[in-house]
Amino acid sequence: MTIATETRAWRYALVGTPNSGKTALFNALTGSRQKVANYPGVTVERKAGTFQTLSGHRIDLIDLPGTYSLRGRSPDEDVTRDAVLGRLAGETPPDLLLCVADATNLRVALRLVLELKRAGRPMLLILNMIDIARRRGVEIDLDKLSAELGIPVVTSTAVRRAGLDELLRRIDELATDGAGQVTASSWAPPSNADLRAAQREADRVIKSAVSEPARPDTLTGRVDAVLLHPVAGLVILLLVLFVMFQAVFAWARPVMDLITSGFDALGAATHSFLPEGLLQSFIQSGVISGVGSVIVFLPQIMIMFLFILLLEDVGYMSRAAFLMDRIMGGAGLHGRAFIPLLSSFACAIPGIMATRVIDNKRDRLTTILVAPLMTCSARIPVYTLLISAFIPDREIWGPIGLQGLVMFGLYAIGIASALAVSFVANHFFWRESATPPFMLELPDYKLPQLRSVAIALYTRVKAFLYRAGTTIFSMMVLIWFLASFPRPPLGATEPAIDYSLAAMIGRWIEPALAPIGFNWQISVALVPGMAAREVAVASLGTVYAIAGGDEAASQIGQKLAAEWSLATALALIAWYIFAPQCASTLAVIRRETGGWRWMFITFAYMLALAYIAAFITYRAAVALGWG
Amino acid sequence: MRMEDATIAVIDEAATATPHTALGTAARGFCGRIGTIAVEADHNGVPALEIERRLLELGFVEGATVEVLHEGPLGRDPIAVRVNNTTIALRRREAMAILVI
Repeated sequence: MTIATETRAWRYALVGTPNSGKTALFNALTGSRQKVANYPGVTVERKAGTFQTLSGHRIDLIDLPGTYSLRGRSPDEDVTRDAVLGRLAGETPPDLLLCVADATNLRVALRLVLELKRAGRPMLLILNMIDIARRRGVEIDLDKLSAELGIPVVTSTAVRRAGLDELLRRIDELATDGAGQVTASSWAPPSNADLRAAQREADRVIKSAVSEPARPDTLTGRVDAVLLHPVAGLVILLLVLFVMFQAVFAWARPVMDLITSGFDALGAATHSFLPEGLLQSFIQSGVISGVGSVIVFLPQIMIMFLFILLLEDVGYMSRAAFLMDRIMGGAGLHGRAFIPLLSSFACAIPGIMATRVIDNKRDRLTTILVAPLMTCSARIPVYTLLISAFIPDREIWGPIGLQGLVMFGLYAIGIASALAVSFVANHFFWRESATPPFMLELPDYKLPQLRSVAIALYTRVKAFLYRAGTTIFSMMVLIWFLASFPRPPLGATEPAIDYSLAAMIGRWIEPALAPIGFNWQISVALVPGMAAREVAVASLGTVYAIAGGDEAASQIGQKLAAEWSLATALALIAWYIFAPQCASTLAVIRRETGGWRWMFITFAYMLALAYIAAFITYRAAVALGWG
Repeated sequence: MRMEDATIAVIDEAATATPHTALGTAARGFCGRIGTIAVEADHNGVPALEIERRLLELGFVEGATVEVLHEGPLGRDPIAVRVNNTTIALRRREAMAILVI
């Protein structure tokens, strides 16, 4: 294969309705030669890739967000409209629109084709999933369809490589001959009368060129009778979620432990290899643990996305949204918010990344806003330490102990506060913007396309490492810097952290934290605790000058029980339910929302809630004589 | 495409046909043909015309055949509706605008 360097690469764009198999086709054409970025200024994902035609011509392909119309009712759809009309800033208009339609479901797709034609750009209609359509007895007269629509039509099967041959051959012809002339765009936002007329025209075209059997896909109907059953459906959904939660929470654990101990060992090796001093500390605590804190999320993120991509590919995701819509809707959340929120129990980072399944921006932002309130696994070490040190190990009723009950209560408060915050956000914050109605296509079930899932997973992981990774890493280095500078003076008697900027910040914020019962040691520990919630346990150990080791945790517990009042401990627990003590989460929120604004909003509201909760808890506890 | 054959006839018939049922009140198993799409009022700040447009975009046009396939677990809401060859999930509130004969 030779690359035709003498001619420039052609720019093609994939457009189509949601569920048209557009992304599977994109993955099949470009393989792993794709890049995910954001369109400048908006949070819309820009998926671009390249492939070569059989004759070696290079095609740059972009996968535009799925849409039912060029009207643009969301930022995603605005991007599609502007790209099609050649108005997108910083993008060359596409030479050819590859319009993808699900061959088993042509009605809505052909209406979109009729609308796209008005944009005046050269087009090729791809009837995707033609194999499934043929198996169901759908017969399509391609020449007739092409003549009726006035554009070339080609079939494809994204699942099998051979299914693309016809498409590639046709693209080659078009690339050699020139895709066609660009004519003036006569597109204007369609009125309701236009939509009705276009649908009628599409129905007429289908009638003349397509013969469909009267029987619909009976398999999907039979499966849905169970999966959407009011009782059985919910039970199965909970089961699916339980397995997923279990996988993210438990299966990832050994790998994460392995990664942590690997980086610890690497850090220790560097420690003994490098001479004592600043460089040693920077490499060990800054760089190695910084990189480690990014990599450690990978197993959870991969498992999470594997489940989501598979469920999405099979067609189950929209069913889950259907089942949960009413239940989540009470709190003003979208049905699809359920999975991101549930996975936030393991870690808010994969949870926030999973909000991409919610296509409405407002619903997605609400979900991102409340996801960090779900009790993530990093809170467990903190809760465990404080509960075992301060809550008596007493049996309340049968096997139910007081400690377990408190732990359960903390989870319950997390869920309740997430629902409450989204309720408040919807009723006060978003008052001006309209609630979009819940309308969702339930696509026919199909077997997952493993290759496409694998490519999508790879792209996601790469994007996480590049985008979130850089931010998380720089935050880790910043926290290391705060905890290490300035260096302790010669002959220092206190732990090194006491002389650092972190301690200065801690002592500086101490007066603000005194009303909620925090002493200066807690205030100081909270600064490095920004790296991750569980780091606070280790930094409390550092401030109280307890050497590390296996017994460190229980020693810290004993020390705290001796030093703190119950009121202080309860206030700190209350603080940890809400406090935005996780730089990585904040970094991911920044990346996912495309700016600092939402990161600061999340930080501020969580901090306010934490302060109020700790204040009330502390004051109530003091009043009860636990001060 | 027998369904489509009747399309034009049904629209004319729809104008004169006897009482319409709102799809939003239909139970599971209900089958019918869309007579009119008429959104009465704005929904949560979304203008009535916009709701109508979204219904049209998903294929809910006059003359299309509809069947209520499934009901949600809480309050039988939302509903999954087969419209010609596609299945769409929507809330009963929005489905009230779809008048069926």
